[in-house]
Amino acid sequence: MSRAPSLPSHFSTVEQRSVANHLGLWTFLATEILFFGGLFVCYTVYRIAYPAAFVAGSHHLNFWIGTINTGVLLTSSLFMALADRAVKRDRRTALRWCLLATWLLGAVFLGLKFYEYGEKYHEHLIPGPNFQLNGPWKPQIELFIFLYFTMTGLHAVHMIGGLTALAWLLWQNHRGRLSPEHPAPVEMVGLYWHFVDCVWVFLYPLLYLIIR
Amino acid sequence: MSAVLGFSLFPSSPMNASSFTPRVEALLLALLVASGLLIGVLLVLNLYFLIRYRRGSSAPRPPLRIATWKFEAGWICGTTIGFLGFFFWGARIYLDMERPPANAYDVDVIGRQWMWDIRHADGRREFDTLHVPADQPVRLRMISEDVIHSFAVPAFSLKQDVVPGKQVMAWFEATRPGTYHLYCDQFCGTAHAEMAGEVVVMKPEDYAAWQASGSVNNEEAGHGAKLFVRYGCSGCHTPGSPVRAPSLVGLYGRLVPVENGQFVRADEQYLRDSIVLPQQHVVAGYAPIMPDFRGVISETDLLDLIDYLKSLGAKQPPPANMPTAPAAAPPMVPPPPAPSSAP
Amino acid sequence: MITEEIIAPRVPAPAPTYLNAGHTLRSWLCTLDHKRIGLLYLFTITFFFVIAAVAAALMRWELLTPQPDLVTPDFYNRMFTLHGVLMVWFFLIPSIPTVLGNFILPLMLGARDVAFPRLNLASWYIFVAGGLMALYAIVAGGVDTGWTFYTPYSSTYSNGYVMMMAAGVFVAGFSSIFTGLNFIVTIHQLRAPGLTWFRLPLFVWSLYATSLILVLATPVLAITLLLIGLERLCGVGVFDPKLGGDPLLFQHLFWFYSHPAVYIMILPGMGVVSETIACFSRKRVFGYHVVAIASLAIAALGFLVWGHHMFVSSQSVYAGVVFSLLSFLVSVPSAIKVFNWTATLHRGSISFDTPLLYALGFIGLFTIGGLTGVFLATLPVDVRMHDTYFVIAHFHYVMVGGMVMGYLGGIHYWWPKISGRLYHEWTARVSALIVFIGFNLTFFPQFILGYLGMPRRVHMYAPEFQTLNVLSSAGASILGIGYILPLVYLTWSFFHGPKVSSNPWDATGLEWQTDSPPPEHNFAQIPVVTAEPYNYPPLA
Repeated sequence: MSRAPSLPSHFSTVEQRSVANHLGLWTFLATEILFFGGLFVCYTVYRIAYPAAFVAGSHHLNFWIGTINTGVLLTSSLFMALADRAVKRDRRTALRWCLLATWLLGAVFLGLKFYEYGEKYHEHLIPGPNFQLNGPWKPQIELFIFLYFTMTGLHAVHMIGGLTALAWLLWQNHRGRLSPEHPAPVEMVGLYWHFVDCVWVFLYPLLYLIIR
Repeated sequence: MSAVLGFSLFPSSPMNASSFTPRVEALLLALLVASGLLIGVLLVLNLYFLIRYRRGSSAPRPPLRIATWKFEAGWICGTTIGFLGFFFWGARIYLDMERPPANAYDVDVIGRQWMWDIRHADGRREFDTLHVPADQPVRLRMISEDVIHSFAVPAFSLKQDVVPGKQVMAWFEATRPGTYHLYCDQFCGTAHAEMAGEVVVMKPEDYAAWQASGSVNNEEAGHGAKLFVRYGCSGCHTPGSPVRAPSLVGLYGRLVPVENGQFVRADEQYLRDSIVLPQQHVVAGYAPIMPDFRGVISETDLLDLIDYLKSLGAKQPPPANMPTAPAAAPPMVPPPPAPSSAP
Repeated sequence: MITEEIIAPRVPAPAPTYLNAGHTLRSWLCTLDHKRIGLLYLFTITFFFVIAAVAAALMRWELLTPQPDLVTPDFYNRMFTLHGVLMVWFFLIPSIPTVLGNFILPLMLGARDVAFPRLNLASWYIFVAGGLMALYAIVAGGVDTGWTFYTPYSSTYSNGYVMMMAAGVFVAGFSSIFTGLNFIVTIHQLRAPGLTWFRLPLFVWSLYATSLILVLATPVLAITLLLIGLERLCGVGVFDPKLGGDPLLFQHLFWFYSHPAVYIMILPGMGVVSETIACFSRKRVFGYHVVAIASLAIAALGFLVWGHHMFVSSQSVYAGVVFSLLSFLVSVPSAIKVFNWTATLHRGSISFDTPLLYALGFIGLFTIGGLTGVFLATLPVDVRMHDTYFVIAHFHYVMVGGMVMGYLGGIHYWWPKISGRLYHEWTARVSALIVFIGFNLTFFPQFILGYLGMPRRVHMYAPEFQTLNVLSSAGASILGIGYILPLVYLTWSFFHGPKVSSNPWDATGLEWQTDSPPPEHNFAQIPVVTAEPYNYPPLA
């Protein structure tokens, strides 16, 4: 038997709280767009200034890991959408497996990402004292790699937040608190997860696919 | 104290000292008058309403039966038109500020913490002081050695931020002999407040006398040649070098073929870019192996080097027996590796 | 399936007030009550205001003489940076939204709280965390880059605690974002039945416009500060030209936030003025709809004008021309508001209570400040005045003569609601007058100083500027007294002032329909709104 939490006193109906949650989350996503937007502006300015350096820098990235990661993340979003469907049809088992699949795929994404970062460390391409590169455009390539780390790193931080939220959802489901009457947590986390996925859909071509 | 109250619009004011100042002052005066009128009207209206309609007064207060939208439309349009008028007036002056006349006399300025390093076209160098002739447009080419500074002469209505990494231009034509304050207006560190100086405007004959009297720093010409060796340029750019690099003799002013089939004029900007960002325009037929000197060579040295390169005419080849292995040569870099194989 | 339609429980009246619902420290520090959170913010921002004001006092003291004879240049530079950072991010930006907005907004809407009370409390803790980091940066040695953190000075050359200060501002920015988010959702979703958009008081409209800017602009500041911090850490050249970077990119990113930020600072003050002018002339605000839309117009246009801080920065001249045009246009809605306020006084019934005195001060000083902003939007005039004391005078006129007076006016106006008591009226009026006089004496001479060429951010100056500097410093002492007085008499009145009824001003607005101070859940029963805003009875 599912139990929805009691309504806080400042809301008069469940409907009102649901709309408030949705509006709040969409507003939050708008702030995230502006947040990442600053980095995209930075990227655009320097790509126009140093196109050759950006091509060279892109070639230093691991194309295969980037592409596999894109597939992994898109699939995780698929499972998240299925989880949303499951909670609205009151299918707790399906919900559990979909949430778990989303979480695992997200973890795989992060694992591959950190493997990639490790690769960069061994290739001496971490911006800063570790960075060594011969050839023209060295400072600009270092700038590209810096933008790569900052943009994907910020994205990874958001992924970690998403994984935490998914873990919380799994626990909520375990306690029986998710139901068609109370689908809000799944909807909210789902929206956030899809947004993080969208950001990656922009990052991937801008970083990995420059003139291939 | 007269400076406190005097508007520079009046020719006798000590601050009316450049061709731009009267134009800017006229605009400023117009803004003041318009603002004063607006504030005056608002003040009178407010005071009148506050007194007449204070609580307990016997003024009649029937409800308003007017179309408020007419007022709104009226003062929206009025304000917008008034503002746009000032915008156009200002934009015209501003665009003129960006277009120096062709006969401008060039002065190079390097801003650095915390001084102004000024050099005239004839090689004469000054620090924190700039001597210029009156009634002669002067174009300043400015760059910073370190952080952002700002070259400001209030009496000329002149101000331009001086940034590192990019040369900027400002010009003025001083109209009255005298000495005027020069300030650094952009905060640049501990001694920012002390980075002040003066601009000395002289009558043309006095200026000519000043030019003749001072010593042109002849050391500059030799200094450039020494830098050519010290930074390792002569390691590649002399005949007999094992590395194939374009000759620099008679380069200045020539058309240079670059890698994409186009031609570029070798002016001072080209010489500067070729040193700090050589990958920008690689000469046709040469490999892009020149190291870039951004951050390695100071702005002062860069100016000296450019002066030296300009002097390398066909009649004046670089000294043939300059050592080709200088003390601190930048590493020879191999051509960049072929792009990694795409999947 | 059981469908649950939960109606808000009927709270038994009379409930204890929010002030005596719990006396422990924990009941304050773990509160979810928007009114208590508003007071928590009040204490915090007053604390930062005092520190920043002391820095200003030291600066004005040094500037009494042309020579540097009081403090070292480095110390002075750290003082003006501290003053700017604390005043902008830890006083002005939070001021009205977090104190008066938090307290009054739900009451004005007929709601029991904001949409996300736990997020509201978290915002305060995040704000405190950011403030502590900034304080640490100050105490550990300070920062001398100016509140604008221009690169490459801040990213490569400065030896101060730039990263720690930037981190403090970064963290405090999230407090701003969450507050704005909370307000947006509250205004959309928690309005009482019958309270349609065009029945909202103008204070709500101004908070809504402010919240839009908070939410959309602050993230850009966050990313900019993050980039500076990373540049210092990794030694890459994001903004350093020696490594291929562009220092102007920093300026564009910084001002893209910081220009809308000044509208965050002024819009709530304008909202307070609308409320107090209406109440103390007992009349509906003239052109209510236009004033409401003007708030949104200011917010929207405010995002398009950032380049007017960069006319001499070496950005393209054509960009300069475009930004100048847009800057003129953004001044129009502000001018409209001033005209509308003046027109509101016509045929009103005006009583010169302290909140009205502050509102009138706001109108006068904001008009001067705003017009000098139009001066600065005029390109060649800006070439003359940029980075001089003219700019300092301009923004102090709008921020201090405008916003701080609006803030004080709002505090006085809603003080009976917050504390349940009245302050001593004549003391308050004299104090308002002292602030007005002190302010003008401090900052008007600075317009002239700027015109004559005195640069900003200097601890020493050419001797001919001394007279005006002495006048300015004298004014600052008077202004200081004007600020200390409310601290004293308001605190005193909180404990000993005469108690008041629910509506001592006889004002319209839902916040006046409940007790002073309000009960913990605001209303015994949620009101239903049927009237237009400011429906004062006819006066004739």
